[in-house]
Amino acid sequence: MESTEKILEIKHLKKEFDNTPVLNDISLDIHKGEVVVVLGPSGCGKSTLLRCINGLEGIQEGEILLNGDLISNQKKSMHLVRQHIGMVFQSYDLFPHMTVLDNILLGPKKAQKRKKEEAAAEAEELLKRIGLYEKKKAYPRQLSGGQKQRVAIVRALCMHPKVMLFDEVTAALDPEMVREVLDVMLELAREGSTMVIVTHEMQFARAIADRIIFLDEGNIVEESGPEEFFTNPKTERAKQFLNIFDFDSVHHGSNK
Amino acid sequence: MDFDFIKQYTPLYVEAALLTLNITVKGVLLSILLGLICSLVRYFKIPVLNRITVIYIELSRNTPLLIQLFFLYFGLPKLGIMLSSEACAIIGLVFLGGSYMAEAFRSGLDSISDIQKESGLSIGLTNLQVFRYIILPQAISVSIPAFSANVIFLFKETSVFSAVALADLMFVAKDLIGLYYKTDEALLMLVTAYCIILLPISAVFRIIERKLRYAGFGN
Ligand SMILES: Nc1ncnc2c1ncn2[C@@H]1O[C@H](COP(=O)(O)OP(=O)(O)OP(=O)(O)O)[C@@H](O)[C@H]1O
Ligand SMILES: [Mg+2]
Repeated sequence: MESTEKILEIKHLKKEFDNTPVLNDISLDIHKGEVVVVLGPSGCGKSTLLRCINGLEGIQEGEILLNGDLISNQKKSMHLVRQHIGMVFQSYDLFPHMTVLDNILLGPKKAQKRKKEEAAAEAEELLKRIGLYEKKKAYPRQLSGGQKQRVAIVRALCMHPKVMLFDEVTAALDPEMVREVLDVMLELAREGSTMVIVTHEMQFARAIADRIIFLDEGNIVEESGPEEFFTNPKTERAKQFLNIFDFDSVHHGSNK
Repeated sequence: MDFDFIKQYTPLYVEAALLTLNITVKGVLLSILLGLICSLVRYFKIPVLNRITVIYIELSRNTPLLIQLFFLYFGLPKLGIMLSSEACAIIGLVFLGGSYMAEAFRSGLDSISDIQKESGLSIGLTNLQVFRYIILPQAISVSIPAFSANVIFLFKETSVFSAVALADLMFVAKDLIGLYYKTDEALLMLVTAYCIILLPISAVFRIIERKLRYAGFGN
């Protein structure tokens, strides 16, 4: 699925919070159709990286390009840039006062000024595909966590973004709902969507990633294909990180 | 109890009630507008205006309406500004009500999590659109109880209008007591008038509240 067209270019990005560096000299290219999974211990800067990409955080040094256009620290035009960058958060972030359909249509109607009928037809089509068409008139509080996250994905998708960012979208879900959300993401990957995914689901990361980025303390410590990363990590830090997860799963399996 | 007296002066009360109601409605609507503007200024932290708004809110909430009215009615003419008692009443009510409404909106605005704002931004909405379509509707349904309490509070505050020679309900009652010493009757009619107006207002607000909150919060 990879091509050489660069969707996103991050060059020497530096991000600080109150003079504390959180991301140091991050450089990263993301190509069209590529699925990049960002892994790393808690607090290493994964969420911050995604938030810098879609301009929720400004950056101190470096630059971010989308299709070759500079998008970092562009306060005035950031809302236009964000129409091309879909983002789904960890917490269920649907708008509670709107129906499922209105949630999805808000961006297309108000940001992109698309015709309601045309956007609604597409939204309904997308809802059918994730099996939630009957819920189009429901309010978010009437949905399960997994359903909410699937709607949040569709809401981002309906904007036709050039790249989708996912920040631990299954982390707050009950275990039995994780699968349905991951399946939607796998489907998107199969269709060739460009995605940057932060996740703690290692099996999933291995299955979906074209490339793994391993972050530690704000640095890219390792960058490799999924098989290589999981079977034969180059750095000590990555080995440690993966071991912790192996230990966790053994611990839960046997000690309870 | 002198029922003939009550009958005879009921029209006077009706007239006064209509006047009071008229001023309250105008005052409340303008208060909502002022409160909304103040909360917008504070939400977007617009420089300078933000400061002014904070000072206004403090000033308005910490002085009684009566003093504010005296200033408008007796103080301003000394500066060459003459206002009718009706204008004084409306301006006074708005000066007081604006800050209460602003605080009601603000408690609602503060209750909406940053994530809501960020998800709005991340679908490409502008800050203003996020406010208009996401933050404000939710904030309003949260602040409806405070908001309706304010409307009723403002209506009751109108009882001080009589101090600036406005023939409102309180004025009529005091007048009748002064003229005829029918204290019981005059006060009974006063209380009745307030109840007849306020109880339905309360009820209407409760219905609005239930409707508005239904979407976001269930029953
Ligand atoms: N708004 C902020 N102000 C100050 N410090 C922040 C802010 N947001 C994040 N940080 C700090 O930046 C660092 C990176 O945070 P970030 O949320 O990006 O980590 P993460 O890799 O997403 O972690 P997790 O896996 O727990 O979600 C942390 O040390 C965090 O405390
Ligand atoms: Mg995070």
